[in-house]
Amino acid sequence: MMKNSKTFIYDGSFNGFLTAVFIAFEEKANVTDIQKNDQGQNGLFSETETIFTNVEKAKRVWNGIRNKSYNAITNVYFAFLSETEGIEYMLYSYIQKLMAAKGYKQVDFSDETVLYISQLARKVGREKHRMEAFVHFQLTKDDIYFANIEPDFDVLPLISKHFRNRYADQQWLIYDVKRKYGIFYDLERVEIVSLNLSEVHFNRTQKSSVFSDGEYDYQELWSNYFKSTHIKSRINRKLHTQHIPKRYWKYLSEKKEAV
Amino acid sequence: MNFERTKEKLNILADAAKYDVSCASSGSDRKNKSGGLGNATKMGICHSYTEDGRCVSLLKILLTNHCIFDCAYCVTRKSNDVKRAAFKIQEVVDLTINFYRRNYIEGLFLSSGIFKSPDHTMERLVSVAKRLREEENFNGYIHLKSIPGCSDELMYEAGLYADRLSVNIEVPTVSGLKLLAPDKKHEDFTRPMHKVKSEILRYKSECKIIKSTPKYAPAGQSTQMIIGATGETDKDIMYSATYYYKKYQMRRVYYSGYVPVAEDSRLPSVGSQVPMLRENRLYQTDWLLRFYGFAVNEIVNDKHPNLDMDIDPKLSWALRNMHHFPVDVNKAAKHMLARVPGLGILSVSKILNARKFRKLNWDHLKKIGVALNRAKFFMVCDSYDWERRDLDPDRIKGMILQTSSSKYRKQYSNQLSLFN
Repeated sequence: MMKNSKTFIYDGSFNGFLTAVFIAFEEKANVTDIQKNDQGQNGLFSETETIFTNVEKAKRVWNGIRNKSYNAITNVYFAFLSETEGIEYMLYSYIQKLMAAKGYKQVDFSDETVLYISQLARKVGREKHRMEAFVHFQLTKDDIYFANIEPDFDVLPLISKHFRNRYADQQWLIYDVKRKYGIFYDLERVEIVSLNLSEVHFNRTQKSSVFSDGEYDYQELWSNYFKSTHIKSRINRKLHTQHIPKRYWKYLSEKKEAV
Repeated sequence: MNFERTKEKLNILADAAKYDVSCASSGSDRKNKSGGLGNATKMGICHSYTEDGRCVSLLKILLTNHCIFDCAYCVTRKSNDVKRAAFKIQEVVDLTINFYRRNYIEGLFLSSGIFKSPDHTMERLVSVAKRLREEENFNGYIHLKSIPGCSDELMYEAGLYADRLSVNIEVPTVSGLKLLAPDKKHEDFTRPMHKVKSEILRYKSECKIIKSTPKYAPAGQSTQMIIGATGETDKDIMYSATYYYKKYQMRRVYYSGYVPVAEDSRLPSVGSQVPMLRENRLYQTDWLLRFYGFAVNEIVNDKHPNLDMDIDPKLSWALRNMHHFPVDVNKAAKHMLARVPGLGILSVSKILNARKFRKLNWDHLKKIGVALNRAKFFMVCDSYDWERRDLDPDRIKGMILQTSSSKYRKQYSNQLSLFN
């Protein structure tokens, strides 16, 4: 007899999602969807089951995928952070396919789900790389290097390690304006923080009193430097905006005049 | 720091450094030591892009634009009437650190005009790098220019602090060099290259035995050639590049379309167009040689000394060698797939993975990202629908050009009409 179809509801965290995958495999459930608890779109004919995040179970799924392929676990995590609608179910069937494949290390790029997930993971990877490049800190009077960002995908968890390794001897704070949380490094560890920002700190032309005295001097030096790197006889604006899409400009001190 | 004065110097000395096209920060994986500042990422990071579309990754400046030489192609040559300036060592250090802390840059690219003597200049460059590493505990990327004609001892020291070293040969041919830079000898360029190469080899063999051997130029060395200044052919350029890749194990050779900076009877006049399309074709060739397994004489040779401007070099090779095609996507070996026009290295590896599961047809290939408008003439796949007509190369070329729209089209159609 065919099992009743089920919709899983989880708390929205990555561990929660992995727990849902664990339970689906364990119960051999006929899962038709995996939804965040704030979505609340139940299928008409399916029962729902609420998943309680269990780090142990999540870890087993993580290790299971990673042992199969290191590439796959990266793909799963990156694609999850894309926050694409319906990504959970897509990832679930991706994991099913991965686990069903016997001993094959190769990836079947002729399969639509596999291709889609790897392309999505690539997009998130590109955004991660861009944020490592386009985060421009401004030094506050409290000696904190501060930056606001507004990335397309939820990449803060992915860039944390990079900034911790690189800026080990300065306090820094990167705040995602869109998702309303940030990561703060206090010279010892990185913590997740939420703030009540009274204003979003673009790299504006008008000055803010929260930043240190020398800050605007360095911004000016940098903009000046940026201008003198152009070679007039080679100008190619299309290529320029292809590399730095306009949506990032307001957070870049060298582009603040162009905004 | 006096900001007004620094700003003025920065404007002059950054402006003079921009003709060096390299801004790579890749190839080094220096770690952040003992909780200090910075590290290097293997793939490099571009923190911004100039309005001409080049990457801004490093703070690229000259220490000074005073120069005792008079090379015709160079904007800072002795006889050119430009404003001169010089940074103090501490000024460069401060700028680098403060830009780096704001995540504007990956590190420093320091070059210089030659004042007093090559050794005197090189010594100053080395001391900037030394101060950054030892006093500021800076572990970001440092690219130092080797000054032609400087001593082996200084080149050794430079490599201990820098990630990459480079010396620009600028003019691809020895005869061209004599004409444009009469003060410099060919050996002045090759000697530092040779020293760096042998030190890198020494480091590699020593660190197998003693792990703590101090790093020597982990990102290797590179060089740059000016294109279109002395009437050399693409064959001259690519043969010369191949020589430097092989002989000195260069990580990169850069090709820089000559931007006329002064009136000189030996050079194209000010205002003449920068050969950007040619530059692009040379880079494509460079990639074919380094990643696609082509030999240089397959692409350019005595019969074809110059690259086609209207089509890319791989397509051009394929059209001259139709007897290799069509290849079967589901059977062909990797090196042959890499030679199919429209297939990049990424597509090739996806195909190799995917074809283990099923035979691929046009639909699969399209989704994988193959440029079918070119590729379809050169391959067969799991489909009865393939090019059966015995088309001659010119016909294929015409059909491909009709379906593609290169951003350079205006340029080469202009050039074509010149010869008609």
